[in-house]
Amino acid sequence: MTNHWQDIQNADVVLIMGGNAAEAHPCGFKWVIEAKKQNKARLVVVDPRFTRSAAMADYYAPVRAGSDIAFLSGVLNYLLSNNKIQTEYVRHYTNATFIVGPDYKFEDGLFSGYNAEKRNYDTKSWGYALDEAGMAKVDMTMQDPQCVLQVMKRHYARYTPELVSRITGTPQDKFLKVCEYIASTSVPGRTMTVMYALGWTQHSTGSQMIRTAAIMQLLLGNIGVPGGGMNALRGHSNIQGLTDLGLLSNSLPGYMSLARDGEQTLETYYKTRALKPLRPNQMSYWQNYPKFFVSMQKSWWGNAAKAENDWAFHYLPKIDKLYDVLQAFELMNKGAMNGYICQGFNPVGSFPDKKKIVDGLSKLKFLVTIDPLVTETSEFWQNHGAFNDVKTADIQTTVFRLPSTCFAEEEGSLTNSNRWLQWHWKGAEPPGEAMPDIEIVAGLFSRIRAAYAKDGGAFPDPIVNLTWPYKIPHAPSAQELAMEYNGKALTDLLDPKDPTKVLAKAGEQLSGFGLLRDDGSTASGCWIYSGAWTQAGNQMARRDNADPYGIGQALNWTWAWPANRRILYNAASVDPTTGQPWIPKRTLVRWDGKAWSGSDVPDIRPDANPMEADAVRPFIMTAEGVARLFAPTGMAEGPLPEHYEPFESPLVNNLMHPKSEVARANPAARIFQGDLERLGVPKDFPYVATSYRLTEHFHYWTKNVRTSAIIQPQQFVEIGEELAKEKGIENGGWVKVSSKRGFIKAVALVSKRINALQVDGRTVHTVGLPNHWGFIGLAKPGYLVNTLTPFVGDANTQTPEYKSFTVNIEKA
Amino acid sequence: MDMSRRQFFRVSGAGLVGSSMVVLGFSPTAALAEARNFKLARTTETRNTCPYCSVGCGIIMYSLGDKAKNVVADVLHIEGDPDHPVNRGTLCPKGAGLLDFVHSPNRLKYPEVREAGSNEWKRISWDSAFDRIAKLMKADRDANFQPTNAAGAVVNRWTSTGMLCASASSNETGYITHKAFRSLGMLVFDNQARV
Repeated sequence: MTNHWQDIQNADVVLIMGGNAAEAHPCGFKWVIEAKKQNKARLVVVDPRFTRSAAMADYYAPVRAGSDIAFLSGVLNYLLSNNKIQTEYVRHYTNATFIVGPDYKFEDGLFSGYNAEKRNYDTKSWGYALDEAGMAKVDMTMQDPQCVLQVMKRHYARYTPELVSRITGTPQDKFLKVCEYIASTSVPGRTMTVMYALGWTQHSTGSQMIRTAAIMQLLLGNIGVPGGGMNALRGHSNIQGLTDLGLLSNSLPGYMSLARDGEQTLETYYKTRALKPLRPNQMSYWQNYPKFFVSMQKSWWGNAAKAENDWAFHYLPKIDKLYDVLQAFELMNKGAMNGYICQGFNPVGSFPDKKKIVDGLSKLKFLVTIDPLVTETSEFWQNHGAFNDVKTADIQTTVFRLPSTCFAEEEGSLTNSNRWLQWHWKGAEPPGEAMPDIEIVAGLFSRIRAAYAKDGGAFPDPIVNLTWPYKIPHAPSAQELAMEYNGKALTDLLDPKDPTKVLAKAGEQLSGFGLLRDDGSTASGCWIYSGAWTQAGNQMARRDNADPYGIGQALNWTWAWPANRRILYNAASVDPTTGQPWIPKRTLVRWDGKAWSGSDVPDIRPDANPMEADAVRPFIMTAEGVARLFAPTGMAEGPLPEHYEPFESPLVNNLMHPKSEVARANPAARIFQGDLERLGVPKDFPYVATSYRLTEHFHYWTKNVRTSAIIQPQQFVEIGEELAKEKGIENGGWVKVSSKRGFIKAVALVSKRINALQVDGRTVHTVGLPNHWGFIGLAKPGYLVNTLTPFVGDANTQTPEYKSFTVNIEKA
Repeated sequence: MDMSRRQFFRVSGAGLVGSSMVVLGFSPTAALAEARNFKLARTTETRNTCPYCSVGCGIIMYSLGDKAKNVVADVLHIEGDPDHPVNRGTLCPKGAGLLDFVHSPNRLKYPEVREAGSNEWKRISWDSAFDRIAKLMKADRDANFQPTNAAGAVVNRWTSTGMLCASASSNETGYITHKAFRSLGMLVFDNQARV
């Protein structure tokens, strides 16, 4: 979340789309109710299903699963063509004024630079026009036909209400009503928050769905302000933390990334990461990348990371391609992998096309699962009849199952959607011999390291030189690890402005990432977490819930990254011509003539005068200093979002580009040949399917929890009354739902909550598929819904398309 | 004085002597020492965070046991933390049932192995589990580690063994997991954020 749960109370309009907070995040959703009660906020919900969020809404509009970019692009067109934008915000805080280079083109659904064979783009033609000094050219009047605002106007003019309605199935009057609610926040005095979740991420165009909404929020001036923001309601309790710590195939802690094969020196590695400003005076904070990187290397490799060996740069692996989870199971199926470790992860339940997952695991030499509970993954080799029909004796995988502790039996911090690192304490002993995850990792690693120290082997240096300063080597404490990722001074750190002043003495915990150096004098395992455990102690354990300004800013409750800042980009909450808040009664920060201060930690250089010429702008992480409506780099499928159909769709072509085969689905998405052949066509699988979560269950865990197993004991699928009538399906009767990849059988719930839509002149039905059941657990056994889902992901993240695919349904 | 409404009636019902008993120094608390007290009042309270979704609701766990050497702490009740600024004491149906997660009959207690082709689990010791897994990993890494690519560039990667990391584990677990496994050159390495 750019903002946070408590801040939702400050919104005037709440848009829930691509999520269902009332059911999936119930205790956070209460802040929407608070906004309605305290602030007369209006709740607008756009969803294929009439969810419980929709039941609480002031206005609900249905939408076909997977068509959100078309819907939101229609909103952009409405805002741009009716001049419902916050003009001064757009002028000063976004790249609307930037001039796009002359080679940029968009034709027949493809942007310039497309390589059909490789299914990717050369992004060179998407860049800005630069002046002699290498700075981007701008037109502050926003009239130049090549400025971003004008390019966008042309791009989105195609999304007329008529066409949007034909693609999305949203009736035109309902679409326009939603536009009106959204546009009402284009004035400086009103804000809208956007709450989304996996309903946006889990599409082959998921990243661009989110970007379309972010562009909308920027045009409305709703980013960086109280009650605004793009608020990702994340799925797991610490998925934010694990992302922050970089546990992704191509990442390093703090949103740094691994070098590619072609980046063989520190210089080439920094070149695309430590970006120089594209406008005068801008902070372009990633310029500090070397400080973050060297400090991490010092944390990991101590004295073995030195200037002479480029701070042990080659201790880290280089990437030749993205080894995401779909790639991993493709490699497994091809016999290119031998071992796999699942720590608190159940891929047989969670990954798409269950057959491919089980086939992959069956080809491994060894599988290790680390979990507090029995999972389908640990027992994938067992035959469970139709639920898991495998030949056990043929599966030659050795499976180790290691029992770990659960939350109640350990201490440490979890980072929630707010970016708050909240410390928790141990209150019980684990059952039997169950062991904390930290000790399992340490136990395993210690043995591997001892073997390399004794016997040698392939490139032992990074293993034997890894710092391991923990008092009990096989059981590092959570405190020691938290202090390590925060970071410390390795030598006395002198103030560059006054060398007689010591900012931190050697060995002291750092107060924040501002102290990090690239000369090896500081160590910090995760720069954005610097400040979590300072000389003053554990900031994550703070428990003062006071809200002194009355707008939900509890700055002394635990600790938020970065720098305990609660609302990102908060310097955009002021009018650049006065330095005073757009909405004085909800002041986040203000410029007092000399410095920034307020109810939040200012997200800008503390002495940057917003009114001077070439002022520092609030989007300090971009080289532009402003937010990107148009993204010259960073997105796989184009600088501006465009609607493409889901890989499996009830439509045979993309109504935006009916004649183009390549622009039907995301042209930059990767799909493996075998999986392409496992996609269905509308004549066999005519119904849209979408999978989702229920309030009473959490993924595949809570079927092991007695209370949850009692209140939602049995698998069901949900369909609308029209489809039920057409197919002769009764409420409570059994149905078989099939895709090209397999089938499930379940009880039908016939309701008024999933209605048929008119898409391009014909009726399209949706089948709702709650997750949660499987062949393990205390609830009644059921089929894994991911038996049905397609093995294709978003072009940027490779997050699978669980939320829009096609099925057939019949009476079982 | 620590007295419930029912106890109060009982004391009053003892008759006229009630008030004079107090005067004489007999306090009702002492006289009713056998009465059953509210169980939660005798437990240890521990602050924790709900492990399910990312709202990060504060919870209070009530455990039996005072952390003395011969006592095994066991949670007997969990409720929302009223001090928490987001959930303000509330929990959803999943959070309200957390106690049954801690005590699930499907909690694992011992390391086990299923040998290739076998149809059963076999209990093993932690030592044996760590030794066997470490040997398998080292053998695979030594056989398949790529120090350079076809063009001769230094790549130092290992892609034949991979890992999925927990997104409900703590930051400290995540941090040491990343540090330890990346040092092996592992690239097939992800967490739930990818799905």
